[in-house]
Amino acid sequence: MTQHELKIICEKNHFDRHSLMDILHEIHDHQGFTTEEDIRILSENLKISEIDLRQTISFYHFFACSSRGKYTIYLNNSAISNLKGREEIEKVFIEEGGCVKNGVSPDGLIGLYETPCIGMSDQEPAALINGRIFTNLTAFRAKELLHNMKKGLPLEDMYTTVYGDGRNAHPEMKSIVRNNIRRVGPLLRPSEKMQVLKNQVSQMSPEQVLEQVKLAELRGRGGAGFPTGLKWQFCRMAEGKKKYVFCNADEGEPGTFKDRVLLTEKPEDIIEGMIIAGYAIGAQEGVLYLRYEYKYMKNYLEYIIQTLREEGFLGKNPAGIKGFSFDMRIQLGAGSYVCGEESALIESTEGKRGEPRSRPPFPVEKGYLGYPTVVNNVETFCAAVKIVQFGGDWYNSLGTDESKGTKLVSVSGDCRYPGIYELEWGFTMRDVLEMVGAKETRAVQMGGPSGELVNKHQFDRILCYSDLATGGSIMIFDRRRNVIEDVVVNFMEFFINESCGSCVPCRNIPKLLKEKLDKILSGKGTSQDLADMERWGAMMKINRCGLGHTAAHPILSSLKNFRSHYERKLRKHTDFISDVDLLEASKEAAEYTNREPVI
Amino acid sequence: MADRISIYIDKKEYFTTEDKTILEAAQENGVYIPTLCHLPETESSTSCRICTVMVNGRPLTACSTPVGEGMEIDNSTTQITEWRKSVLEIMFTEGNHFCPSCEKSGNCRLQALAYRYQIMAPQFPYQFNEREIDATNDKIIQDHNRCIICKRCVRAIKDEHGRSFFAFIDRGHKLRVRLDRKLGKELTDELAEAAMEVCPVGSILVREKGFETPIGQRKYDLERIGADIEQNGQMKNHE
Ligand SMILES: Cc1cc2nc3c(=O)[nH]c(=O)nc-3n(C[C@H](O)[C@H](O)[C@H](O)COP(=O)(O)O)c2cc1C
Ligand code: SF4
Ligand code: SF4
Ligand code: FES
Repeated sequence: MTQHELKIICEKNHFDRHSLMDILHEIHDHQGFTTEEDIRILSENLKISEIDLRQTISFYHFFACSSRGKYTIYLNNSAISNLKGREEIEKVFIEEGGCVKNGVSPDGLIGLYETPCIGMSDQEPAALINGRIFTNLTAFRAKELLHNMKKGLPLEDMYTTVYGDGRNAHPEMKSIVRNNIRRVGPLLRPSEKMQVLKNQVSQMSPEQVLEQVKLAELRGRGGAGFPTGLKWQFCRMAEGKKKYVFCNADEGEPGTFKDRVLLTEKPEDIIEGMIIAGYAIGAQEGVLYLRYEYKYMKNYLEYIIQTLREEGFLGKNPAGIKGFSFDMRIQLGAGSYVCGEESALIESTEGKRGEPRSRPPFPVEKGYLGYPTVVNNVETFCAAVKIVQFGGDWYNSLGTDESKGTKLVSVSGDCRYPGIYELEWGFTMRDVLEMVGAKETRAVQMGGPSGELVNKHQFDRILCYSDLATGGSIMIFDRRRNVIEDVVVNFMEFFINESCGSCVPCRNIPKLLKEKLDKILSGKGTSQDLADMERWGAMMKINRCGLGHTAAHPILSSLKNFRSHYERKLRKHTDFISDVDLLEASKEAAEYTNREPVI
Repeated sequence: MADRISIYIDKKEYFTTEDKTILEAAQENGVYIPTLCHLPETESSTSCRICTVMVNGRPLTACSTPVGEGMEIDNSTTQITEWRKSVLEIMFTEGNHFCPSCEKSGNCRLQALAYRYQIMAPQFPYQFNEREIDATNDKIIQDHNRCIICKRCVRAIKDEHGRSFFAFIDRGHKLRVRLDRKLGKELTDELAEAAMEVCPVGSILVREKGFETPIGQRKYDLERIGADIEQNGQMKNHE
């Protein structure tokens, strides 16, 4: 871009380095990547070093420093995408489209890149092409897409199906994504917009709102399950000139897509929940952090926000509530799972690499720009609205003794009806499998790669925080699948790519564990390797954030629940085989000296 | 003045004030907790994890966790020692460390800790990662073979406008620390020396300064790492 154009972008963003994500997005929207020259000019305008800019750019999967093609295909490489036939699609792109894996075709037309779960596990294989979603890909569709790209067609003209159901077809969204809502409860039932703000909140004090959320015993729906009322209270009590409410719509846990559906069908509820949170904690501003994969919803969500603003629900005195004002904006992410961690989310919103902060201080004390900040999951805000509407008592009566209310789960993999199910806590795994039409199930991954891999003897376990907790992801694998090859390896690769790399164990151990897996799969594993994996995996608890704490889970939990799958592959009668293959290592020397080594 | 409180480290009672981190409290009481990435006066990075202690059965980093009244801290259980050794072993196998030919030998905190913790053969396989040596700068040489990615240089070395000379590039196991080519030209002698000083290993070297103090007379050649802190503690106990 020209010096002048870049200056205008910087000016629009007040030459503030904290707006770096927005600035970079604008450059990428314009030309697909940031050039050396752009970096130089930005560095001057924003008064930060070039290397500092590169620090941010190089962290994010969807930012680039060189062209990724006129059309950039990000093909999902999640375990679910694999079992739905990703490989075949990739083959078509490479063999018939002249694409190069993780690179650009020689003619510069098409870039083909792998990307972790894009939140479409119910309609895989799926790909992100220039920010648009293409689902249910087949070899035929891939060929068709290639053909259209070679013709230079705009993306909108490449759809071959009608728009998706519900508001996917909204003129501001026009996506072919389908909701696949299979079971509704209080959160997913139709609701009238901003009714709770108008009718209830306007009659309540912030303390009363807080009281109801506490009474409901609502726990965070993003995975960690922290009591929401307590979080709000901490933030309310924290000192700060300003306070912030963040909605975490990063939905990065592979296999999860329930936030996608809420963002599509219930954006008013989410925003209402954010306003309610703002009212309860005394915040004036909100940020909805939207993962890049959901960029196709950005215009639509902005349209909704603007409409609500015009209708008087955002801005000064929302719904006429005196002495209170609240407005919000969207922050688009750029491809990083760890940015879903609340402090990394804040770092990213400040225009930095998404590296989780060390705590304390917690975001509720010192969050965005140093101000007290509440970060909650999309679904948590929706639940808060219902709690204020129907009362904490009512919510508390749903679910089990220690897990209250309902939970949206995203079901994918080997089953007849993948999609979204709103369930009261307390169902057994067996109930869920029957509900979704899963047959001959071998393994269920509960809570995504960071969760637990459950075997068939554990199907009577219960969905709740104290047993089978989940942020929403349930991936089903039937008898045809190999637990290690099809599941564990994929999940470990995911964590290796998504670690921010800061902590010594998190940067290294997943990679070392993956090497052990490879060794075992190549038939050279021994019982000693299993013991090493367990010992090394246990060390992950000294990492800084939740990613590091759970990144060895795929191995640790499969070693626990599917041990025989490993043992079958081990070399018998020996407990040690070197990691180094001496014959292989001395091959070159042997060739030169024309002598076989004596080993 | 912050309130005086008592804490327990390895079951022994010590006194401190509540504005301290566990590390600071331990140090003022003559208890040594190893550190690598910690750098007083800069925002903590908690990336090396070597200062991990156990508090109520939870591993926490001593360099960043504030003390609390009655806090019970484990600093020398077998588990903790094992973790610390593992962190050191990972560092030795992730990078390429040839101490005998390193300019920092004897002043290197990583080497000194390896002696203190008696690291012999590492349990982790050597990764033989290919790392470059960046000698493009006039004042300093950056040997990436030795970098432990502690982020100290990134946090500490900035110009008068607060712009950083060093930064992280990439993420995960590809993470590296890079010097800004352009800003690097403005590196003053003082900043260059500060960068070398701040680097706990031999990754940042000021040209022609590497061997100013002969090997054998350097800090950790003369006493083991942490000895100064422990001696302070003994003196205090005598008083
Ligand atoms: C690596 C990692 C990724 C995470 N990703 C998400 C996410 O995508 N969405 C989310 O709501 N929470 C995510 N979390 C949890 C957040 O840190 C945080 O606990 C949550 O947003 C708080 O909201 P809640 O209390 O409403 O669940 C993630 C945590 C970790 C450690
Ligand atoms: S645990 Fe991993 S992802 Fe989390 S801060 Fe440490 S290195 Fe980064
Ligand atoms: S160069 Fe030195 S100070 Fe900088 S990160 Fe590497 S080891 Fe740490
Ligand atoms: S010294 Fe505390 S984490 Fe590195």
